[in-house]
Amino acid sequence: MGVLTKHELDYLERSLKRKANETEQDIVGAEWSEHCSYKSSKNYLRQLPTKGIRVVVGPGYDAGVLDIGNGYVITVHIESHNHPSAVEPFGGAATGVGGVIRDIMSMGTRPIAVLDALRFAPIKGASKLSMKSRWLFKNVVKGIADYGNCIGIPTVGGEVEFDESFNDYCLVDVASIGFGRKQDIVANQADVGDVLVLAGGSTGRDGIHGASFASKALDAENRSAVQIPDPFLEKLLLEATMEAIRAGCVKGIKDLGGGGLSCCLSETSDSLGKGFDVELSNVNAREGGMTPAELMISESQERMLYVTSNEKLPALKSVLDKYEIRYSILGTVQEHQDLVVRNSGGVVASMPSHLVAHAPLAERSSRRPKYLDALKSVKRPAVPSDLGMAFLSLLADPTIASKRWVYNQYDHEVGIRTVIKPGMGDAAVLRLNTDDKLVAIKLDGNSKHCYLDPYQGTLGCLSEGRRNVICTGAEPIGVVDHLQFASPEDPEVFWTFTQAVKAIVDYCNFIEIPVVGGKVSFYNETAKGPIKPSIVMGTLGLIENLSHVTKTTLSSGDSIFIIGHTASEMGGSEYYEYLHGITGGAVPKVDLEQDRHNGDATLKVIRDRLARSVHDCSKGGLAVALAEMAIAGRTGLRIDLDAIPNSCKSPDDLLFSESHSRYIVATSKPDQVRSFLSSEGVVFDQIGRAEGTTLEFSKGRNRIVNLPLGKAEAAYYSLEETMK
Amino acid sequence: MIKIGIAVFPGSNCDRDVHHVLNNIIDVKADFLWHTHDRISGYDAMIIPGGFAFGDRLRAGIIAAHSPIIKEVKRMAKDGTPVLGICNGFQILVESGLLPGALMMNDSLRFVCRWTQVQVVNNRTPFTGNFGQEEIFHIPVAHGEGRYVASAPILKDLRRKNQIVLQYAGDDPNGSTDLIAAICNEEGNVMGMMPHPERASESLLTSDRGNNAIGIFRSLASFLQQEQKAIV
Repeated sequence: MGVLTKHELDYLERSLKRKANETEQDIVGAEWSEHCSYKSSKNYLRQLPTKGIRVVVGPGYDAGVLDIGNGYVITVHIESHNHPSAVEPFGGAATGVGGVIRDIMSMGTRPIAVLDALRFAPIKGASKLSMKSRWLFKNVVKGIADYGNCIGIPTVGGEVEFDESFNDYCLVDVASIGFGRKQDIVANQADVGDVLVLAGGSTGRDGIHGASFASKALDAENRSAVQIPDPFLEKLLLEATMEAIRAGCVKGIKDLGGGGLSCCLSETSDSLGKGFDVELSNVNAREGGMTPAELMISESQERMLYVTSNEKLPALKSVLDKYEIRYSILGTVQEHQDLVVRNSGGVVASMPSHLVAHAPLAERSSRRPKYLDALKSVKRPAVPSDLGMAFLSLLADPTIASKRWVYNQYDHEVGIRTVIKPGMGDAAVLRLNTDDKLVAIKLDGNSKHCYLDPYQGTLGCLSEGRRNVICTGAEPIGVVDHLQFASPEDPEVFWTFTQAVKAIVDYCNFIEIPVVGGKVSFYNETAKGPIKPSIVMGTLGLIENLSHVTKTTLSSGDSIFIIGHTASEMGGSEYYEYLHGITGGAVPKVDLEQDRHNGDATLKVIRDRLARSVHDCSKGGLAVALAEMAIAGRTGLRIDLDAIPNSCKSPDDLLFSESHSRYIVATSKPDQVRSFLSSEGVVFDQIGRAEGTTLEFSKGRNRIVNLPLGKAEAAYYSLEETMK
Repeated sequence: MIKIGIAVFPGSNCDRDVHHVLNNIIDVKADFLWHTHDRISGYDAMIIPGGFAFGDRLRAGIIAAHSPIIKEVKRMAKDGTPVLGICNGFQILVESGLLPGALMMNDSLRFVCRWTQVQVVNNRTPFTGNFGQEEIFHIPVAHGEGRYVASAPILKDLRRKNQIVLQYAGDDPNGSTDLIAAICNEEGNVMGMMPHPERASESLLTSDRGNNAIGIFRSLASFLQQEQKAIV
């Protein structure tokens, strides 16, 4: 079928010292797809700082594992399902959730939460493109809801961004975190003679060439490459896996995802350092007449591979029987180092597992894109005569507006862990049943910033993630990255990838936070062109004292402080892009020293219980951040813009600049906060108070914005109306 | 000690939450009972928790309604044992004929997960005895098919026999007839409710809305304690 390049086929046959048959080529083709092999990105990803005192397992496994003390661990993973969701949004998004949940299960931990980061074309208006975008948005959300709700794992947070570079396309990123005992982390060791058990769904023709499909530009709608979701079966697999691990009858686990059995078997065999003999006629096929290659590369969902000993096999069988899960004995662990595939006895493929599991790396050239210079400077828009109206429009900007329409469709409370629920804080906070510990998690991306400046834009995503978990009272302990671009074969696209990696390396080294997992997704483009570089960072934080949990809800009477400096860095801001239709200008720069300092000081303010509510400034800037706090607390506020530490050229910049490293702190103890922040030496000032029933912003003697709270609320909650 | 059984079906997903609240917050003994149980003894009450039993295949609750454990639940209900169905558990009780009416797709045609308020319309059931009549409390809902409907004669009966136990107060999350959030059988020992009291039983999880919903479980515990005393 020719999914291997000529160079790859040559390499394969040189290594095998013989011709590779068609089945072998298909197996290798699946595993060597960009999606499974990271052949373009691997060399760069090696630079990421992955070590840390809490890191038990870093990138390269199904999920990263962080030690949170007392014998407990948190696992985390992020995945995308972009191509499938763009052609079949419901099934594509749902199976994306299924995949990431299985990754968490594979580590031996119970998934306790799901988050989603979604990107679509603009949804407002009656154009064909916006109608299509609404259709995609609606069905992606429904797919995630149906899957997560049914399986009983809460979807607790995320983000949604709208941008024209996603016309006729969408990005669907799903992250999951798990929680468990360190001793239950599956060791993944096997001995010769151990048994391979394939359990779960039957293997059908859905998702054939899914990984290869995801490794090319989306030029034709290929629905047969999209898998079919069955959350009920996944729920059974989840419970059975947890029970089997507790019963000690699992020596190794691997879920089946992209590349199907090909990837699962070659990677597991390679990581165990043992060979596998498998017999395909034992696979529960959904239909007759499937070829060995089809069986090997099918991406049918809800399947798990267990490695167990002959002694423990009966115990594993009885757990699977209890849940009425179908399984088959697929094969055995062997002394040799090969993946030997038989069909009714005859060998159809036999290759060294290490060879299959390690694609030859692809050399990609990179070149700084020309568009960057053209977009460097833009003409500043005239300051709107009515800044209140501009403010109101921004609150209704779907990227900024409340995502209540989304999260009310997600069961975000099942599992009774969700302490900070969607809409209440900057990150989701879940309790863990160990002492007073809680975990905070948030996903952040900004394609508009990353397009104009991939390096600073990526730093910004990291800074925002750190800010978000700090605002809830958590100490950031790890990140996962999801790097999404168009074709890596385009040197200009590839340059943006290298810049993003450089930013992650620089930020994480400076802040000293490990990267514990991630995913790279290339070929995100349609006939209409490439997507903007879309970096999504997932940041994890740990709260070790219940009283540190902090929300964004403003209380009437509280004094409002800002920490951090506001500058006229308007490139890629929602104010420029959404309100004025301007793409270009300098994006906000992250000053690493300031970023660390401001975050640390804010966390100390929270831990000293000086803050009642805390919120960071991000999309829409200071004005939007304050409005969100006021709306949550149902109180008005009065702000003196002149009190804000700034170097802005105009009042609109001051209101809507998306400068990083800024925190808003509301307190009933202004004197203590002032003296504490002074002693910390951070840039800060007291800028106003929560009072009244309007959002009032003054500059000098002029009240330049005075918006009734009710009006702001209506705009902020307008997504329901948009999606009707 | 009071013992409560929690029926667990393939696809139940609030079983562990209810188990936690009963054992660790209310301090009664609660056990999981797998759906294949066909002989249950020694349990003072049964709870059918929320989730997607059998993946909601065919229709929410219908397959579970024909399981061995529900046969036992029916027998126990007939003997007067308190039976509480929450969310999917309510759907199962309706499908098994222990409660009248039906639960249809929400009027929004979407799954809805959010907080609402309910008012106690009947505080003379084993599940609401600790509440004041007309007391209002906060509680979350999370369901796709929670719109309670029933024929006119059934509704008339429900009202006449005081079988409407909880009504949504100042809010309508799903379009239920008469804002019905919970009903009981004629005898009062079987109740089904769409909202989730187990999610509103600990103040850490309820924000500033209060954890009064725990009263559902506390009422049951008090009722069972009274019953045990009466027997002794």
